[in-house]
Amino acid sequence: MVKLLSGNEALALGAYHAGVGVATSYPGTPSTEILEYMARFDDVYAEWSTNEKVAVEVALGAAYAGTRSLASMKHVGLNVASDPFMAAATTGVNAGMVIISADDPGIHSSQNEQDNRHYAKLAKVPMLEPTDSQEAYDLMAYAFDISERFDTPVLVRTTTRISHSKSVVKVNRSQVIPAKQRGFQHNVEKYVMLPVYARLRRPLIEERLVKLAAFAETFPLNQVQWGERYLGVVTTGVAYQYAREVFPKASFLKLSMTYPLPQNLIRHFVDQVDRIIVIEELDPFLQESIQAMGIKVTGKEFIPRLGELNVGIIGEASGTAQLLTKTSPRQSFDTLQKLPQRPPLLCPGCPHTGLFFVLSSIGQRAKSPKAKNKAPKELKLIITGDIGCYTLGAYHPLNAMDTCACMGASIGQALGMVKAGISNKVVAVIGDSTFLHSGITPLLNAVYNEGQITVIILDNRTTAMTGHQDHPGTGISAQGKETKAVELEHLVRGMGISDVKVVDAFNIKGIRSAVRNSLDSPELSVIIVRGDCSVHVPKRSEPRVVDTEKCNGCGICLMLGCPAIQRENEQVYIDTALCVGNACTICQQICPQQAIVPESKTRR
Amino acid sequence: MRKFDLLITGVGGQGIILASDIIAEAALAAGYDVKKTDTLGMAQRGGSVVSHVRIGPRVWSPLIKEGEVDILVALEKLEAARWGHYLRYGAIAIVNNHTLPPLPVNLGNERYPTDEEITNILRQRSDRIYFINGTNLTRKLGNIRTLNMFMLGCASLFLPLKVNTWKEIISHRLPSNKRQINITAFGQGRKEIRSVCI
Repeated sequence: MVKLLSGNEALALGAYHAGVGVATSYPGTPSTEILEYMARFDDVYAEWSTNEKVAVEVALGAAYAGTRSLASMKHVGLNVASDPFMAAATTGVNAGMVIISADDPGIHSSQNEQDNRHYAKLAKVPMLEPTDSQEAYDLMAYAFDISERFDTPVLVRTTTRISHSKSVVKVNRSQVIPAKQRGFQHNVEKYVMLPVYARLRRPLIEERLVKLAAFAETFPLNQVQWGERYLGVVTTGVAYQYAREVFPKASFLKLSMTYPLPQNLIRHFVDQVDRIIVIEELDPFLQESIQAMGIKVTGKEFIPRLGELNVGIIGEASGTAQLLTKTSPRQSFDTLQKLPQRPPLLCPGCPHTGLFFVLSSIGQRAKSPKAKNKAPKELKLIITGDIGCYTLGAYHPLNAMDTCACMGASIGQALGMVKAGISNKVVAVIGDSTFLHSGITPLLNAVYNEGQITVIILDNRTTAMTGHQDHPGTGISAQGKETKAVELEHLVRGMGISDVKVVDAFNIKGIRSAVRNSLDSPELSVIIVRGDCSVHVPKRSEPRVVDTEKCNGCGICLMLGCPAIQRENEQVYIDTALCVGNACTICQQICPQQAIVPESKTRR
Repeated sequence: MRKFDLLITGVGGQGIILASDIIAEAALAAGYDVKKTDTLGMAQRGGSVVSHVRIGPRVWSPLIKEGEVDILVALEKLEAARWGHYLRYGAIAIVNNHTLPPLPVNLGNERYPTDEEITNILRQRSDRIYFINGTNLTRKLGNIRTLNMFMLGCASLFLPLKVNTWKEIISHRLPSNKRQINITAFGQGRKEIRSVCI
């Protein structure tokens, strides 16, 4: 059967056809869809775990118990999960266990760029990298087989362009051979990592690597593709596709198992070509390993080491390295002017907009369009931010964020700033899903260490940015089952915080008074700003409109950054197709002229 | 069998990804090799969106090389201009004659390009630029959410795929209550581009 599948769909289907029984994940671009597809299979247990560390631990428990398991996450998720990942590398598994790391070269939707191939080397575990959806599908069966044969977790590393590209896949479901040993067998030397037992495991890991390197020599998806011998290209991942297009006549060594490397195969290839280059995205991972074999090879001398590659970039780089005799120079193109950017925005009716408007105005961070020459006063607030849609609150016109580092960092950073003795008030802003992922321990830390900070939990009851996945606060499982919903206010009070306020995300006065009250409070306080994500608002009703007779064009409403509020020739108007109406009304609440009204009120 | 590289651009929420999915699936059904990939910002809605669809006898890179797009389908005017440098010489550009001003324009910090400027940007690569009143025509049809299928109808005139293949894939991808209006929009788009081309 032939299907058009994204890399993520292919990975999920491949794992399913390889007999996976337990799948875990925390949402994160570009990995999210893997678990979403997996959750559709009734005979697989699939869960959104609270974070990636937990996801790997659950998957490891399942593997110990004799069920094939899969944990998928974005690249920074593996940072969070690195502790159990290293532990799994030490204990080994029982039934097959695969960890998918979806890296994001080019930083399309992440806080950094990192090459997670280094994790395979660090943990001394085998790594597979697909070059398209077909390989993503095929590799999963190999991954589980390798995992069981060598008693090791297997890292499958993909990138945004593999995960989010669709290509043609021949689906070939073969008979699934069940895992050898069902059930859990008590074995302290294997599973209890006391120093005495961990020391016993240590030489096994080195032996395993030697065996894996021998296996890599015959791994069927490590392929030599002979062309002309003037140039040999060693490549992997999506870079293989680009390189095939740039060098249609060269010879290729395509590596789909990239750790440990098949050294004999590489030497065999290198010996038969005149010049050898490595084309890979991000770090010179393959290049340095091949150089360490004593082979003269170039690559990152001309191929960029940051961002995504593409055919144009590789073509130009190869031209400067005299690898292409005939290069087509970049055709000139004049855009006449700098076109206006279209930055991503908080949606119309977003429950985060009101809070950021309040923080922005209390912190005197924004200047209205009419006050162009007035410099803002000194910042009164420091706002530590976190990972989610709400990070967009950092953009103009809200300008309501000072930091954003990694999941849960806002609270620890806020405490650190207070303990550093700064005089400004410090507010930490964190979403509900992020709070449950890794905001609980830093909040507990702030309670324990008596930090006088304000923590604002933006509770939109979903993991919005990655496409509305459920989490422990929603009471719905990844497979749509009703489950227990954690009450954030109970959780927070249980930590010993008494100043806990819950406010409506669409009530500006309520938010303003709660924030002012918390800022004046001598103790740690938590404000839960609650309102449904606008994408979830089922019915849009009564869009607001601007009464042009009352409007004096002050532009305060534009300071919300709401996409529905637009301006044409100095007159502000609201795009009624975008406005969510009664569910929001924030612009109506902040208009000093009361010029924003329900549509029906204008048809008197 | 020749290759076609299509770029579908617009603003998040306009249905660009569904449109490019349908092109890819229709081409696969017609026996082509296909790759498609989307580049999205981090937001759900409102940001620039671009989708690359490549069809041909054998496709390697999922991304189209700058200067090699055969057909540009833009659901918004500014987003057509933004990707002009991706067109090959003599490419076809189908542009929805509709303005969605981005926030920096609304705030008065930047200026939306004039129609003449947009045309001049695209003209550097091709004279086959077709402005289509897609938003108005789909509004008349009763649902501006069908704009993506309308624009797809326009693009379909330049692709060697059968109308029935398009209709089958559209029916397959849309829920039953939205099928008919979307197929109608597709047909209207195909008719409209024909009248503009001739």
